[in-house]
Formats: sequence, C-alpha cells, structure tokens
Amino acid sequence: MKTYDLSAGVRELNQALHDPAQCREINAWRVVNPQGQHNIACGVNEAVTIDIDGHAGYYCAGMNQRADITIHGNAGVGVAENMMSGSVRVKGDASQSAGATGNGGLLVIEGNASARCGISMKGINIVVKGNIGAMSAFMAQAGCLVVCGDAGEALGDSLYEAHIYVKGQVASLGADCVQKEMRPEHLSELAALLEQAGFTDESPEAFTRYGSARTLYNFKVDNASAY
Amino acid sequence: MCGIVGLYFKNAALEPQLGALFTPMLMAMTDRGPDSAGFALYGDEYHDGIKLTLRSDQESYNWPALAERFGVAFGRVDEWFPLADATVFKLPTTEALALEWLASEAPEVDVLSAGHSIEILKGVGLPGEVAAHFGLEKMAGSHAIGHTRMATESAVTLQGSHPFSTGMDLCLVHNGSLSNHNRLREKLKRAGISFKTDNDSEVAAGYLAWRMRQGDSLTTALQNALKDLDGFFTFTIGTHDGFAVVRDPISCKPAVIAETDDYVAMASEYRALAHLPGINDARVWEPEPAKIYVWERLNQPATGSQR
Repeated sequence: MKTYDLSAGVRELNQALHDPAQCREINAWRVVNPQGQHNIACGVNEAVTIDIDGHAGYYCAGMNQRADITIHGNAGVGVAENMMSGSVRVKGDASQSAGATGNGGLLVIEGNASARCGISMKGINIVVKGNIGAMSAFMAQAGCLVVCGDAGEALGDSLYEAHIYVKGQVASLGADCVQKEMRPEHLSELAALLEQAGFTDESPEAFTRYGSARTLYNFKVDNASAY
Repeated sequence: MCGIVGLYFKNAALEPQLGALFTPMLMAMTDRGPDSAGFALYGDEYHDGIKLTLRSDQESYNWPALAERFGVAFGRVDEWFPLADATVFKLPTTEALALEWLASEAPEVDVLSAGHSIEILKGVGLPGEVAAHFGLEKMAGSHAIGHTRMATESAVTLQGSHPFSTGMDLCLVHNGSLSNHNRLREKLKRAGISFKTDNDSEVAAGYLAWRMRQGDSLTTALQNALKDLDGFFTFTIGTHDGFAVVRDPISCKPAVIAETDDYVAMASEYRALAHLPGINDARVWEPEPAKIYVWERLNQPATGSQR
C-alpha cells in the first residue's frame, strides 16, 4: 500500500500511476486530502486498487482501464469519463456526466448522480443506488444504466441501444425512449449487475426497463424540413 | 467559464470570520476566471439613509471634496471611508435622491452598489490580487457572494466585472452566457433600466431589478427569469438578509451547495468549499435544474427553503 497526500498537487500521483513498473510492484494505492481537486487517478492502465479518502473534483478516474478505484466521498463532473474497463465506485454523490462516453467497466454510485449520467455511454455499465438527474443516458449507444431511485426528465433522449432499468419514478422520457417488457434475459442481466454493485437488497422484479423505440434511426426525407 | 461563490452565515458568531473563510473560496476559483474578480459583502448595516459604494476612474479623485458636497446637499454625511480605490458613503437621504444628485453633480463617479448593507468591490486581475487589494481577508459580515471572471461575451474591464447590482441591497453573479441579452437589453431600456456595459450578465441583473420594480418578490422574479432568459446560467443572488441560487433548465453550468447548522455555501466547484469548517459533515448537493433555492433571515435565524 502506498499513500499519496494530494496537498502537494495531483500530478505526481498520476505520473506514478502511469508507471507500469511501480504499479506492478505496488498494487494498492491510497490517496489522502483530495479536497475536490481535478483529474485524480486519470488514465490508469494497470490492475491496481486506488482508494481516494474524500471528495474528488472533475474527471476523477477518467479513461480508467483495469484499475478498481473507490472514491470515499462525492465526485465532481465527469467521474469515470470514457472508462474502458475496471471499476469505479463513488461512496457519495456524483456530479454531472458520470460515466460519460464509457466503453466498458462498471461504475457504481452509492448516492445520487446529477444530470446527464451516462451521456453517450458506449458499453459501460452504471449502477446508481439513489436518483439520477435530467437527460441521463442521452444518446447512449451500449451498456446498461441501472437506477434504484428516480430518474429526472428526458431519460434516454435520442437513445440508441443501451439498456435502462429504473426502480423509481421517471420524470419524463426523452425522444425515442420507451418503456419495454422485462424478459427473463433482462432480469438475469439486471440481477447480475445489482450483485456486482453489491446492492443485493434490490429485487430485479421491482425495476422497469426502458429502451430505444428505434424510430430515429433512419433519415426520412419527409422530415427534412425539421432538420 | 467563470467561477461563482457565496457564503451565508446562519450562526452570527461566525461573522468576524467572513473574509477569512470567503477569500479562499474566491481564490479557489482562479482557474475558472483569472480576468477579473469581485464580491458583495453584507453586514455593516446603516438604516438612517442610503449606503453607497462609489468608484472613480480618476486615481486621485478628491473624495473628501465629494464628502463635503454631499454634506451640503443632504445636511450631513453619517460616515464615509475608502476601501482601496472604492469609497463607501452613508448619507441621510433616499436612493433616488442620492443617485439623481450624483448623475447631475458628479457624473464621473460610478455607483457600484446602493442599499442599507451591501458593499460591492471589484477589480481587473487575478482573484487573489483583487482580494488582497481590498483587504477582503480581514473583513467581517453576515454573507458574501463573489465572482471570478473568464471574459467571453464582453471585454475585460472593471465595468464588466461582477457582481452587478440589481437594486437596493441586491446583486447578482453569473456563470454562463445568455443568448437573448441584446434583445432583452433593448426591452429593458425602454422600461427605464439603464446599462453601463454590453455584458450579458448585466442584462440578467437589470431584468431582476425590473421585475422587482414591478412588485415581484425575489422568488417570483427568479421564476420569471427562468421563462424570459435564454441561455446558460447559474446565478447566485445576494439580498439584504439572504441569498438565492438558481440554474437554467439545462444546467450546463456547475453548482454545488453545502449546508450546515452554521452556514450555507455555494460554489461552482466543490474545491472552493473544501476548507470550510465542518464541511465533511455538511449536506452537500447539486442544485437541480430550474429550481429556485432561497435562504432568508426574515428577522429569524436563517432557515433554508427550496421553492
């Protein structure tokens, strides 16, 4: 276990985490005094665990590959943005655009997530214990967004193919996002995600599935004047 | 980008520490706005007339002479003191009479704020330099709101710096950009609101002033602002005995609020709040889109309300 005090700034930590030799030697990292600083543990490419003791600023754990990163506090804008693999867990709340454009891996938010959670997600799985804000999963293309609480307005606006599961209320659905039947394969997919997230008190049967109606896929000349 | 911050004490025992707690908030937002900075402070109350914060572009402006002329015009000057290149006057008259006199007798003087409590101080340059220039760290008061500016819609000038005064003891700071400010400015001008700059945030301030002149409460004025202002905004508004936070319905611009039994603090980013006492046990959340958050004292200990 190596401990980094971020009072001196974030660059030294990120440079150490980008050093494959150091990461092979030390597989557990602890980060203290984050104080809401930006870009903590970005671009990690090694199978290490990183515990951040406190609130993180913007883009924490961005571009993560293989690492398991836990934020013991809230996360700022764009946590786990463009994650490729590994996992990121936020013990508190997450700000806007959590998990944006993520290609893979698992993002777990134990509190609430703000607006645009999972915007343009491309394969990442996101599990939120609390509520999510407006315009979440906007233009989402692949992966799953699981919400144990409520969802804000325009959920899944211009959705491509991601799977959305919400247990609570949905303020409104965005363009082309519709409620869908929960088939056995969806129940098992959801059960597996809830288990991976550690939310074993949640019953998959209590969730509603939403997905793309696929009516925005093709350009229709009749609509040309609307563009 | 711009950064905005606000700190509002519910516990009066904290008042001597306002500047000491608020200065690091402002400086933490330097990355978001290195062009200019400003702040509005509340707490030094004067109720026998009008309190003005004035400024002149002339470095050697003769403030003692102005004080004498005020004395002749209004019978006496209750107090006046310089704060770096600004000067605060407490005059036993009304806002309208004081502003009318200034417009005709001393047009070279800019009015930064008017009210019973507010002082607005601002300058061009790094937030840390502006804070040091005015000695913010040692200042006391009940609440403060501040702004660090990254100029986008208009020039880097003192006039373009925030906060913008929106009327008696009211001021506004803005992070974002308004897309309909030109048309709205013309409409407000016809309604008698005057503007000193082509800054979009000044239009938002003027809009609030206009609505409240029509009889709107702060909450109603903000509800109307949500309908009439087009663009991106996170606003923080200071009032005589409270403050408010509101974001546009898309809420692209960030905001975070922290509340304890002792204070409410808001900032564009959490790192501006990280040093506040008891922050680790505070309730920290992001204000929701198009929701108006108001805290007011109303002669009682401050209570939070979300409308």
